[in-house]
Amino acid sequence: MTDNMIHVHAEKHPHASDAILHPPTPLHASDEPYTAEQLESLHRDCAEILARYPVKRSALLPILHLVQSVDGYVTGRGVRLCAELLDLSEAEVSGVATFYTQYKRHPNGEYTVGVCTNTLCAIMGGDLIYDRLSEHLGIGHDETTPDGKITLERVECNAGCDYAPVVMANWEFFDNQTPESACALTDDLRAGKDVAPSRGAATVCKFKHVERVLAGFPDGRANEGLGAGGPSIEGLALAKQNDWRAPGAQPTDQDQASALTDEPGGPHTGHPHSSSGEANE
Amino acid sequence: MTTLTPVLTRFWDEPQSWTLETYLRYDGYQALGTAFETEPADLVEQVKSSGLRGRGGAGFPTGLKWSFLPKPDGGPRYLVVNADESEPGTCKDIPLMMAAPHLLVEGAIITSFAIGCNHAFIYLRGEVVHVYRRLMNAVQEAYDAGHLGKNIHGTGFDLDVTVHAGAGAYECGEETALLDSLEGRRGQPRLKPPFPAVEGLYARPTVVNNVESIASVPSIVGNGADWFAGMGTEKSQGFGIFSLSGHVTRPGQYEAPLGITLRELVDMAGGIREGHQLKFWTPGGSSTPIFTDEHWDVPLDFESVAAAGSMLGTRALQIFDETVSVVHAVARWTDFYAHESCGKCTPCREGTFWLKQIMTRLEEGQGTQDDVDKLLDICDNILGRAFCALGDGATSPVTSAIQYFREEFELGMHTPWWEAYPPERSALFPVANKETVSA
Ligand SMILES: Cc1cc2nc3c(=O)[nH]c(=O)nc-3n(C[C@H](O)[C@H](O)[C@H](O)COP(=O)(O)O)c2cc1C
Ligand code: SF4
Ligand code: FES
Repeated sequence: MTDNMIHVHAEKHPHASDAILHPPTPLHASDEPYTAEQLESLHRDCAEILARYPVKRSALLPILHLVQSVDGYVTGRGVRLCAELLDLSEAEVSGVATFYTQYKRHPNGEYTVGVCTNTLCAIMGGDLIYDRLSEHLGIGHDETTPDGKITLERVECNAGCDYAPVVMANWEFFDNQTPESACALTDDLRAGKDVAPSRGAATVCKFKHVERVLAGFPDGRANEGLGAGGPSIEGLALAKQNDWRAPGAQPTDQDQASALTDEPGGPHTGHPHSSSGEANE
Repeated sequence: MTTLTPVLTRFWDEPQSWTLETYLRYDGYQALGTAFETEPADLVEQVKSSGLRGRGGAGFPTGLKWSFLPKPDGGPRYLVVNADESEPGTCKDIPLMMAAPHLLVEGAIITSFAIGCNHAFIYLRGEVVHVYRRLMNAVQEAYDAGHLGKNIHGTGFDLDVTVHAGAGAYECGEETALLDSLEGRRGQPRLKPPFPAVEGLYARPTVVNNVESIASVPSIVGNGADWFAGMGTEKSQGFGIFSLSGHVTRPGQYEAPLGITLRELVDMAGGIREGHQLKFWTPGGSSTPIFTDEHWDVPLDFESVAAAGSMLGTRALQIFDETVSVVHAVARWTDFYAHESCGKCTPCREGTFWLKQIMTRLEEGQGTQDDVDKLLDICDNILGRAFCALGDGATSPVTSAIQYFREEFELGMHTPWWEAYPPERSALFPVANKETVSA
């Protein structure tokens, strides 16, 4: 059994054959022009974006996100639109678009599912998740399922390491994942079910929707979801349990109120002012 | 014993911690009132004497950086907040902006007032859409409450804040690459000098600071420089968020005075994963040389970590136990640097490519006799010769891992990492047998 396991690993382990983790691909052309209505709303949105910056070229990154919100990737016509609006050459726009990994070079699925395979997550299980998901979906990095629903990616550290292993779905956090939970996530997304991220909006939005938010157009969902997940407040909870505070920090009404209720760490002990100054000893 | 000092993290457990309403209940925007009654030059002085050093990795004194701006010439001056957080292991700014975006907004307003800036930018990495929602929402709330816009609080001071989303590129965290990116270009760094303080965004005087640096400003203005300087060590003053991840019982964010040790932090986090021992860890992200179980008691302040051969960096403590192959860990970081190298300079562009080839061979147990020396030689050719600190950072994991675990690299001449260190043992979830034999 053990021999067999090791043998299978040697074959299965992706990095021999898959030495390029992020293979570059050329931009996918699209020459069908925008309709009059599309152009009108693009121009209106672009005017709003341009107004945010004192120098217009700064609008390029958000406008590329906007292009993706309409086209699902960076199209030739989208590049042309940017070039015209910002007085740049198409080569300058393409040069920028190809520098950044979030700009897709070919049609993207409705959901980008990115498994963090940077070192920390990879070792905590991200590699196993990626392998299983890739097998489950039958696709590799930057490929899309035939139903157009899921684009699988390996992503770099997404600043959620304390929730490792992390999976991102359309740039919302799915924390503490397992191969099973990640497969279930993609099954649900493909079945059109509402899926709630661990930390984020109440449901994962579609790729084009998210790209519009990233272009700087709020979707009214900022108040959904948690402020902080468990690990984000691990230290705070411990401090409250032990009544540790920064010097001089007085408990506010809020702290006192919560001291009277049943906090997870139990009621605070000590006189409100007695422990200040302890923190640095 | 050092204990925790929640200041920035103090109200993250509130049900709606991100709203203005909650922030006001925790003294939000009171420091702004104080700041408006203070001379801008005195604010700069106050931040200088607080001892606050940049929380983005390099530890440059924040007030000193502000004081480098040339005298006002009537033209625009900018504050750019670096919210690109992408250094592997670093995971403090994103939860801060998710839970408490107003801390950053208030800090940005005070800083802008101090340096004479009327248009500030927050450059957020694009891969965190909900954080972008929270920031845009907080900025809007601040406008609605009269903390942003024209003639703020009747002072005559005007400020606009633009929250800008990037699009996925680690290098855009380097401050001058960030400025190029914000100007709508590829994220490649600029030659320094001129420094951003003199010629930054749109070639105008610019301060670039990390999220946590700016978010610390309201507490300094509100409580005084001495209060801040009273925490931490003599040269590394104040508190910072320490991010524990990996093989610890309770990973997470622990806000503590600088100078706390790994031993103290891991104790608070419930110890190393049950039944296992510490093997190696990063004190401040993947670009800081790794430490081992010799370094439990190194005070985590800028000077002590440097004296022990690494860097405090972003206080991103990635913790790995004895089940982990150091060769695999380093190889994956090397993949990252090769992928993220912006291509501008030869030592890094070519060097990371070669490092990656060799690390991959060693991972597969197919290294050659002189691969280890070749790695060191390549690192020697990158370090100090690269155009920006990404190149130097790429060498840190390699050279430090060879220093402490040379025999494991030598193992890579004949044994694949997954045979010596089966990955199932490191995973945080139980791996069923069928997982490994199903292929
Ligand atoms: C490759 C690279 C990536 C960086 N990424 C970040 C980052 O994501 N956030 C950050 O604040 N600083 C980052 N830095 C450091 C910045 O260049 C700069 O030192 C920092 O933003 C200054 O702010 P501070 O003085 O407040 O720390 C990075 C540096 C390099 C070389
Ligand atoms: S070291 Fe050179 S190639 Fe590497 S990221 Fe910096 S400028 Fe680009
Ligand atoms: S390594 Fe995966 S989120 Fe940081």
